Amino acid sequence: MAHAYTPGLKVKDRLLVAKHRILPLKGDVIVKVGDKVEPNDVVARTHLPGNVEPLNVANRLGVPAEDLEMVMIKKKGDEIKAGEPLAIKKSFIKMFSSQCNATLDGTIESISTITGQVLQRGMPIPVEVKAYLRGEITEVIPNEGVVVSTLATFVQGIFGIGGETSGNLKVVVPDNSTTLTEEFIKDEHKDMIVVGGSLVTAGAINKAIKVGVRGIVVGGFDDKDLRDILGYDIGVAITGSEDIGCTLVVTEGFGNIAMAHQSFGLLKKHEDKMACINGATQIRAGVIRPEVVIPIEGTAEKDDVDGEIKGLTVGTEIRVIRHPYFGVLGKVTELPSPLTKLESESMARVLEVEFQDGKRALVPRANVEMIEEYDILS
Amino acid sequence: MAKFDKIEDIKIILATDCGSTTTKAILIVFENGEYRLKVRGEAPTTVEAPFEDVTMGVLNAVQEVEELSGRKLLNDDNSIISPANGDTGTDVYISTSSAGGGLQMMVAGVVRSMTAESAERAALGAGAIVMDVIASNDKRLPHQQIERIRHLRPDMILLSGGIDGGTTTHVVELAELIAAADPKPRLGSSYQLPVIYAGNKDATPSINETLASKVDLKSVDNLRPVLERENLGPAREEIHELFMEHVMAQAPGYKKLMAMTDAPIMPTPGAVGLIIQTIADQYGIEAVGVDIGGATTDVFSVFRPEKEGVFNRTVSANLGMSYSISNVFAEATLPMVMRWVPFKMEERDLRNRVKNKMIRPTTIPQSMEELIFEQAIAKEALRLAFIQHKNFATVLKGVQQQRTIADAFAQSGSGQTIVNMMSLDMLIGSGGVLSHAPRRQQSAMMIIDAFMPEGVTRLAVDSIFMMPQLGVLTEVQPKAATEVFEKDCLIHLGSCVAPVGTAKKAGPVMKYTIDLPSGQVSGTLDYLEMKKFDLGIQENGLPIKVKAVFEPERNYDLGAGKGNKVETEVYGGVVGVVLDGRGRPFDLSSLSEDERVANLRKWMTELDIYPKESLE
Repeated sequence: MAHAYTPGLKVKDRLLVAKHRILPLKGDVIVKVGDKVEPNDVVARTHLPGNVEPLNVANRLGVPAEDLEMVMIKKKGDEIKAGEPLAIKKSFIKMFSSQCNATLDGTIESISTITGQVLQRGMPIPVEVKAYLRGEITEVIPNEGVVVSTLATFVQGIFGIGGETSGNLKVVVPDNSTTLTEEFIKDEHKDMIVVGGSLVTAGAINKAIKVGVRGIVVGGFDDKDLRDILGYDIGVAITGSEDIGCTLVVTEGFGNIAMAHQSFGLLKKHEDKMACINGATQIRAGVIRPEVVIPIEGTAEKDDVDGEIKGLTVGTEIRVIRHPYFGVLGKVTELPSPLTKLESESMARVLEVEFQDGKRALVPRANVEMIEEYDILS
Repeated sequence: MAKFDKIEDIKIILATDCGSTTTKAILIVFENGEYRLKVRGEAPTTVEAPFEDVTMGVLNAVQEVEELSGRKLLNDDNSIISPANGDTGTDVYISTSSAGGGLQMMVAGVVRSMTAESAERAALGAGAIVMDVIASNDKRLPHQQIERIRHLRPDMILLSGGIDGGTTTHVVELAELIAAADPKPRLGSSYQLPVIYAGNKDATPSINETLASKVDLKSVDNLRPVLERENLGPAREEIHELFMEHVMAQAPGYKKLMAMTDAPIMPTPGAVGLIIQTIADQYGIEAVGVDIGGATTDVFSVFRPEKEGVFNRTVSANLGMSYSISNVFAEATLPMVMRWVPFKMEERDLRNRVKNKMIRPTTIPQSMEELIFEQAIAKEALRLAFIQHKNFATVLKGVQQQRTIADAFAQSGSGQTIVNMMSLDMLIGSGGVLSHAPRRQQSAMMIIDAFMPEGVTRLAVDSIFMMPQLGVLTEVQPKAATEVFEKDCLIHLGSCVAPVGTAKKAGPVMKYTIDLPSGQVSGTLDYLEMKKFDLGIQENGLPIKVKAVFEPERNYDLGAGKGNKVETEVYGGVVGVVLDGRGRPFDLSSLSEDERVANLRKWMTELDIYPKESLE
């Protein structure tokens, strides 16, 4: 076994965050190394080839496909405008002449004398990539994109919905175990990133969308509410493209769970600062987790670079991530190496944990998550 | 094998399977007149950064095999010692791979239920994940199809359409769409996307003209030369060839791995299909194999609607036990999952538990309650995957049938499924939830509840997911593959005996007499009753086989017609012989809530599925 534990989600006071901002196709990079950028600044742009629309001209004009070129007045590569004739079938009697018109603006992609089809390609579609972070361009990948870097406070979530956005942080609940209900959301939170405690209710999300809150960061969320808000059940955890008007980052999981003390503390510390968040989640090979990035002043030092993940040892702070102790925090007190029989009769590698109330229990190592220790710098 | 004149000379075999997370190695040795599994080793797969070289994981797994077996297999330069000599080396080294996302394909055909479906069958049979099926009549507009092709980025495309000598227009139209989309391969843009054309041979020149300059076009024999017959072999072979040439060659370290192996590397699911086909053909039986993973569930089957065995494979892309668990829950619906759970649970809490498993897929059930719930979901995932398989494994559609007056009463239309649970001989399960269930009885119960076998059916699970390596071994040394499959790979669970028919009230279903080694047992099986008799395994790993006589009541059928006696042999296993008197079709919803819970507890106790106290 490579590792019989889940490395915890990343929660860092200082971390050098570097994001690749890459175009879907080759194009132009419009910034240079050293440029300072804001989240909404465009860093690269390109044009995607336009949509293709086939038109069976031979059928429409009632000519055999092999005679298509005789009636075409536009040739391969010619520019076309919607409504202008592409082909005309002439007749001695004008009334019986017929023509076939282009259905879009663009060019002629191909003319087939086998199928009688003419493929029209629409105008190129412009695509822009934004910086997403407030930071500095540290690398330009010619024709493809850039790397934007910033020293930041970084809080990784476990699940999210909605895409990239940014705004000022506002902690609206008194502590990390308070449920974020709609009473906490006020009109003045428009364009902000709102931080809640243990759970966000469907009412609070709906109010936030109405007010124009850009994002919500919270400990837990009820699956039933998620289905009601999206209008469908999320089957596999690949998210980020939902458009509910507000990005959601859940830090702990589904259900009523208090946000980890460290995460809440960091967000509280940076209240009123600008934060960039992304709800995109992909739990498959190449895991993507949602995130909160709060750019901070200063220059990166050696310790700020993402280091090796340490293993579990006696004393490591952990969170249990499955029933019957779901969400409970504690410290590892023993790491027995032989396989142990669980209540479910499965044989698994376990650890002994002492919970904050002093009680001890054996838990499978696969069911715990490490909590990274550090002091919140004031 | 070039190295050996006779395949009997192959005595030592090393095989690996590079999965997306773990690389598994096995060592097979010919000793005392039989091929047996000697040891197995595993190591994390090293396709992704920071290693980006699949051979590192392979060498680590092989090193573990070296340590456990005491046989030196690697030279100092990390090459494999071959052929074997005394205590060193191996005669052959073979491998399969599903790392890096496996083989992802898009298929296209003219009519969705005809050539497009044949193309899909060819791709699935070759071990591919079919990302989409484009057909002239798939109800999408041409520009939507072009958009889709452009966005997919498959590893390769299989294009078919038209019977030989038929119209060429439609298939050329599809080729034009592909050309317009100008699709790019998934792994890098340094090579052209491979496209296999397996359609109407008269259209080949036009297809060439349309596509040759844009993609790497290969033409093979039509996979549906006439409506009445499929010819999937040439297309499948070409898929394997291109998989090696293009897809594998692009993945990190695979060029090195390809140079190490003595036979072509095969996509893992393709190899699993091959071993199931080989076993089914060798014994002339009908078999179903299922592999339930975290994200997907594969079902393989060999049925014999005529004498010839027909192989089918389906992949249910979003039915699995971790990444896709939430989707199983959504598709099956809560009441269907909860019907297998003998106690009450609150919906909101359950929904959150399922989602938490989805976002933290590596966690395992600690409490008995969680295990029962997870196995209930597994039953539904397997059931749904099997429904998809039944709908796909059909007789060819679009074929004209001559009907007699008798057919008017038994309307078997074209496109009817060839899956026949009564004639099915063997059900093989694999994947974590089945292979690693704490009690083997649980695996048997999951298979029975999900597949609802009819008549007499053997049940087994793959102990350590060795099927891929054995599949590719069938191409090199089939005897070794089948011997190890039966003796070491399979854990024989036993047999399920389930009469078809239903009753409105309690009463006898059938009489039974089984000649167990411990003495003959006989009795009556009642409606909604399950019984289990111990019947084990021989020393050589094969199940004990005994004679049995079953006399179903007049409403029930055990394969010989309603009320007719069946004299047969039943196979043993670690669970034994299970008599299932719940009737078929089996429907728990006809029972009241209290009856359902009482019956579940009765069955679970009789078969010793869970500890008694957890059911109270």
